[in-house]
Amino acid sequence: MVIFADMNHIMSANEFDVIIIGGGITGAGTQRDCTMRGLRTLLIERTDIATGATGRNHGLLHSGARYAVNDAESARECIEENMILRKIASHCIDETDGLFITLPEDDLGYQQTFVDACRSAGIAAEIIDPDLARRLEPSVNPALIGAVKVPDGSVDPFRLCAANMLDAKLHGGQVRLYTEVTGFIREGDRVKGVHTLNHQTGEQEDYFAPVIVNACGIWGHHIAEMAGVNVGMFPAKGSLLIFAHRVNNVVINRCRKPSNADILVPGDTVCVIGTTSTRIPFEECDNVAVTPDEVDLLINEGAKLAPSLASTRILRAYAGVRPLVSADNDPSGRNISRGIVCLDHEERDGLKGFVTITGGKLMTYRLMAEMATDTVCRKLGVDKACETAVTPLPGSEERSYEAVAQKIWESPSTAQKAAASRMGTRARRIRSENRLDNALICECEEVSVGEVNAAIERLDVSTLTDLRRRTRIGMGTCQGEFCACRAAGLLAKAHGCIEKERADLSDFLQERWKGNFPIGWGDTLREAEYTQWVYKHVLGL
Amino acid sequence: MQEFTESRHNFEECMKCTVCTAYCPVLQVNPLYPGPKQAGPDGERLRLKDPYFFNYALKYCMNCKRCEVACPSGVRVADLIQSARIKYDKSAPKLRDRILASTDFMGRLARPFAPIVNGVTSLGVTKTVLDATMKIDHHRSFPKYSARSFERWLGRRAKEQAAFPEQVAYFHGCYVNYNYPQLGKDLVKVLNALGVGVQLLDKEKCCGIAMITNGMTGLATRHAQHNVEVLGKAVDNGLKVVTTSSTCVFTLRDEYPHLLGVDNSAVRESLLIATRFIFEKLEKGAQLHFRDDFHMKVAYHTPCHMERMGWGVFSEKLLRMIPGVEFTLLDSACCGIAGTYGFKKENYQASQEIGQALFDQIARVAPDVVACDCETCKWQIEMSTGFKVMNPVSILAEALKTDED
Repeated sequence: MVIFADMNHIMSANEFDVIIIGGGITGAGTQRDCTMRGLRTLLIERTDIATGATGRNHGLLHSGARYAVNDAESARECIEENMILRKIASHCIDETDGLFITLPEDDLGYQQTFVDACRSAGIAAEIIDPDLARRLEPSVNPALIGAVKVPDGSVDPFRLCAANMLDAKLHGGQVRLYTEVTGFIREGDRVKGVHTLNHQTGEQEDYFAPVIVNACGIWGHHIAEMAGVNVGMFPAKGSLLIFAHRVNNVVINRCRKPSNADILVPGDTVCVIGTTSTRIPFEECDNVAVTPDEVDLLINEGAKLAPSLASTRILRAYAGVRPLVSADNDPSGRNISRGIVCLDHEERDGLKGFVTITGGKLMTYRLMAEMATDTVCRKLGVDKACETAVTPLPGSEERSYEAVAQKIWESPSTAQKAAASRMGTRARRIRSENRLDNALICECEEVSVGEVNAAIERLDVSTLTDLRRRTRIGMGTCQGEFCACRAAGLLAKAHGCIEKERADLSDFLQERWKGNFPIGWGDTLREAEYTQWVYKHVLGL
Repeated sequence: MQEFTESRHNFEECMKCTVCTAYCPVLQVNPLYPGPKQAGPDGERLRLKDPYFFNYALKYCMNCKRCEVACPSGVRVADLIQSARIKYDKSAPKLRDRILASTDFMGRLARPFAPIVNGVTSLGVTKTVLDATMKIDHHRSFPKYSARSFERWLGRRAKEQAAFPEQVAYFHGCYVNYNYPQLGKDLVKVLNALGVGVQLLDKEKCCGIAMITNGMTGLATRHAQHNVEVLGKAVDNGLKVVTTSSTCVFTLRDEYPHLLGVDNSAVRESLLIATRFIFEKLEKGAQLHFRDDFHMKVAYHTPCHMERMGWGVFSEKLLRMIPGVEFTLLDSACCGIAGTYGFKKENYQASQEIGQALFDQIARVAPDVVACDCETCKWQIEMSTGFKVMNPVSILAEALKTDED
């Protein structure tokens, strides 16, 4: 590789070994892997981290059991990555275990097929007595006639994405958020750079690298088109509901062929039921909405897993878009693969310097990143082994947050315990010298001023929504009612601009309402109305 | 769309309006306490994730329930806090807490030796020793024990009481039985004047509130089950059950189902504070005859649990009804003692600071007596202000025209 051989020269500020487009978990994971293998990396993201499918799913740490019967390969990938993530991303993971329950209307005969498939994929699936299942998870539908225990868990995708990106940065990687790729710089049959537009500053900039990785999820379809190749993706919308507290502490799945709304995942202080699956046109990808029919379906089907869901307060509804990819050379899209798709466009389309990594799932992001990085390294002639499976992410050096909190603080407050559960060992960076540092910004999730400031300082925060993804402010039951204005104050101080922050505060509350709207009844509606009084009538926003 | 939603102690109905925090008496004086909203509905979501998030500072909650009175959304904030303590606080109750909570047992133990016990507990040296060894604050005085129990007194008059055309059962509680039988006698006098005879229950036990707040839930639950059973017998016989202690009746009615999970639905509606029973009798046309020469300047303090039940109005109206009573309703405020809470050395200062506004107001009003339906409020106000405190029932009894008059 000629270009790579020039690395001994001093590179200009806009030259890198590899440019990764897409700030989801795949992009962040790929950047981390590439940087750990010694490459100079740049990650470009149109908006903020984890805004696509990464942040819009169940947050399920799949054991792979769900795929065992129909897709043994995905199942094996899942269980392997599951075990790896427990070690390298402990602060993003809750080791809850999972149940696959058989209800009276389901075929109990499927249970054995399911368990056999799990075992041959290497998943420790254990048939347990329904009574034991009811004791393990008191919220489970008591009518269940069968139960299988599997090593499911839950994972915080925002935290995982931020930790990968942070590690890349600690290894010298660069990140440009709110920067959109507007075109490719080509030279013959080679892509050698990108034109970009920074949406916050309006600045246009060109960046150069011998390899460019397209890790844009469903938006990768357009990026590939822009580069002159066709990947053939199909957007499939999945809708989910967030309940206001944890109804269950163990993941509950239906032991039957995968269907709608048959997974209930406890995540942090809430639980999530999902999903649906509907093909949608590309034009809708940027603005997916949850329909009333989907809400009803999710509540009704969810109540079959845990009956109390029918009368549990719902906090939000949201939808994500899965990047389904047609198996290669099948433009009809009938032959959909949910597996990982890593395309070297030089081999496939004769376009040098361009790689697409897509398909897959949150669970297998690290493996996807490894595959993409292997391809990048091969193209650059770099021979260095992947270490992401054994090196903990920043924050995950300890396995339990109890140990973290106890090590940092003599007698940790609830907010400090909560911070340790969110930041892992990085909670050490939270300043707690005075009363102001310890004051709470978000009361629902117990986020302190110190923790918010730590995020602002280290994690590329431009807006309140960015801050939410990194700290959980505004994710609790009040949906920003109390924390938003407080956090806006800190952001205005950090960025030195009050006017901009006022507009940001408006946007943030609007965004929160967007998720409340589809389930706008009962206490959530009362709360939203109260929020409106506070901001419109008291604060004059 | 959901028809309705429900949650434990209604914690999901919290709108985060923070009114409870503004009304919490503890939070005003103790910065270590997270406050009702944080400790209650907010903390509950974290505790549901992991009991590790339980905060031991929840012990500073006095269980006064003022947060629940303030809440516009019907969240049972204090129930959430006490339930969390019951569920997650695994530390064994200290010897001191066991002694303070065992009002029933201590009463039975002390009664036969009442003069000696009373003498010993009032000694300065005893208080100093208790303060140093058990962390029971030396400012506090233990209530005096009576040599004769109320149960025995009324038991001897069972026949005479049974002769009345109408009957009521009386849950007298530990205080009346062991410390101050006179209050029970006053109640009998007033009810008899209304043509109502008073019966004992078939061996009541302590309501258990002090056990609940001191971490002795198992024992409290056994007491609750026993009491619901004996209350049931009275209710089955068509009797109402009255008490002269606002906290006892509140515990029997609300703490049993909410905190101990003991079903009292069969008896709950029949349990009343005596002043409500008396007031309702008078409303229906019964008559009480008062002395012409009675004069008393009375300032009524509404105990927190009275306020929680919304029943302060009955005591107030009764007192106002007595000719010769010059009545002042004191501002709604907690006196700060909250049962055994204020006896603990670590809470003493907070306890006095909480009650200060009330004490100041009483001093300004300068009544002949302070009226109040709670015995621990009585101890606190008497100790902190020097003014005499009487149960409204005792004031009624004193104002009644008797045969001798």
